[in-house]
Amino acid sequence: MGLESIYQGALMEHNAYPTCKYPLEEATHSHEGVNPSCGDDITVSMIIEDGVIQEAAFDGHGCAISQASADIMAELITDKTVEEARDLSANFLAMIRGEKLTDEQMEALGDATELESISRMPARVKCAQLAWRTLDEILSEGEQPAE
Amino acid sequence: MTVDITANPYKADFPLLANNPDLAFLDSAATAQRPACVLDAQKEFYETMNSNPLRGLYSLSIQATKAIEDARASIAAFIGATDPDQIAFTRNTSESLNLLALSYAPTVLQPGDEVVISIMEHHSNLIPWQQACRNAGATLVYLRPDDQGVITDEEIQAKIGPKTKIVSIAQVSNVLGVENPVKKICDVAHSFGAVVFVDGAQSVPHMTVNVADLGCDAFAFSGHKVFGPMGIGVLWGTRQLLEAMPPLYTGGEMIEYVSETEATWAPIPTKFEAGTQDAAGIAGLAAAIAYVNDKGMDALAAREAALVQEAFTRLTQLPYIQIIGPDDPAAHHGVISFNIEGIHPHDVASIMDSANVAIRAGHHCAQPLLAWLGVESCCRASLAFYNDRKDIDRLIEAVELVWRIFHGA
Repeated sequence: MGLESIYQGALMEHNAYPTCKYPLEEATHSHEGVNPSCGDDITVSMIIEDGVIQEAAFDGHGCAISQASADIMAELITDKTVEEARDLSANFLAMIRGEKLTDEQMEALGDATELESISRMPARVKCAQLAWRTLDEILSEGEQPAE
Repeated sequence: MTVDITANPYKADFPLLANNPDLAFLDSAATAQRPACVLDAQKEFYETMNSNPLRGLYSLSIQATKAIEDARASIAAFIGATDPDQIAFTRNTSESLNLLALSYAPTVLQPGDEVVISIMEHHSNLIPWQQACRNAGATLVYLRPDDQGVITDEEIQAKIGPKTKIVSIAQVSNVLGVENPVKKICDVAHSFGAVVFVDGAQSVPHMTVNVADLGCDAFAFSGHKVFGPMGIGVLWGTRQLLEAMPPLYTGGEMIEYVSETEATWAPIPTKFEAGTQDAAGIAGLAAAIAYVNDKGMDALAAREAALVQEAFTRLTQLPYIQIIGPDDPAAHHGVISFNIEGIHPHDVASIMDSANVAIRAGHHCAQPLLAWLGVESCCRASLAFYNDRKDIDRLIEAVELVWRIFHGA
């Protein structure tokens, strides 16, 4: 069944063994994202220097989809420029909305493409989106440092 | 009483269940399924007597009026009320409780007064009182249960006192499933001159309710949780309370005389029923009550208790299940809230959905309760008499599937 197949591979791996889930003390940018209806609550933190994301991490709690999506994102945007991260996020959110991406765009999203079928799980779309929306909020703040 | 939960003489009466034989519907506490007779009653209203009740002087309208008034009488009898005029129709429990909080509360609450509710209230019996207290400068006081979900005598004595003006309490909790000691609360509250309102949304589907026996001043419930249509609710109140309480909505039909500058109100319950009512919904609710009466609430409740016992026993045999609520399945009244260790309830519900098992997951409109219990969210399986052993088998299989997916075989 389609739904069960989401709960395997990259999603289960990133949920059980996240590589980027820790408080990033030296973060230059940080933002909290919350899904009030499900209680997902994460903080995305980054060290951005000279327009490049040197390090990205997240912390908090939520369902497997929100946690795996956050971990995949943090891994993916590390060492990317702010501009590249914006594009990746735009493409990921388009994919989750059910829009068709080019092969190139899909390739750039790496593990994140394993979340594509969530576009057919309307109840869970916002879980997959949470980290990326939070990233967008940080990036749309421009280069202003976090408090 | 021994109950055969393998056989299911009820399922065929419920079109949605009959049309989905592979679905285990375990979310009746959110909304119940409706038997065909309810849907037929709504259709019959529109096909044979559709006209605006109370207004027309022609026979069709008189027939529609009679349908509503007959329904009112059967609904009154269903909750042990003697006078149908003390039944006002609303949209749902939330609207009934909001009516009390918006119309009655301002007539009695003064700064420094207290309104007492319990920590296990559904948001619909919580936020209206938060607002009423805020508007009046009154204080909202919470009754808190012990670790078995019991609101003790000591707790009642400690929280209800001379400052208490209103107590509003769920008869049965939608998360813990426990029945609260409403009678005792009424006795104590009345000794201080306070009124007691009861949220009956989760009790009316599961037990025989008698408002006279409870001794409460008002009682609210929803049609859709007691196998009736969505969008029709009930507020029962004592004559004294309803007559003293001003209407919330004004307009058509709720008046006696209207001049350019003022109006007087119709007698109860009409003064609370401004505008055209959901007459077909009212007819549908009466049909739902007739269905329950025909099958017998005692037999339905006994079957439901046997189903809860079975589901509870089998869930608690799984080492990774944490039950939220009392240890005694008999205290659960159709509701079993639980968590699977280390797995978020939304993941649980999604995977269960893929196995055609419908449960609720989240905060169940009771965020203060979950916060107080130290639980972020939980799963809830809620049962009704139309469930059977196969539904429970599917629930357990789905729980085991969730565990396997997260932890391997």
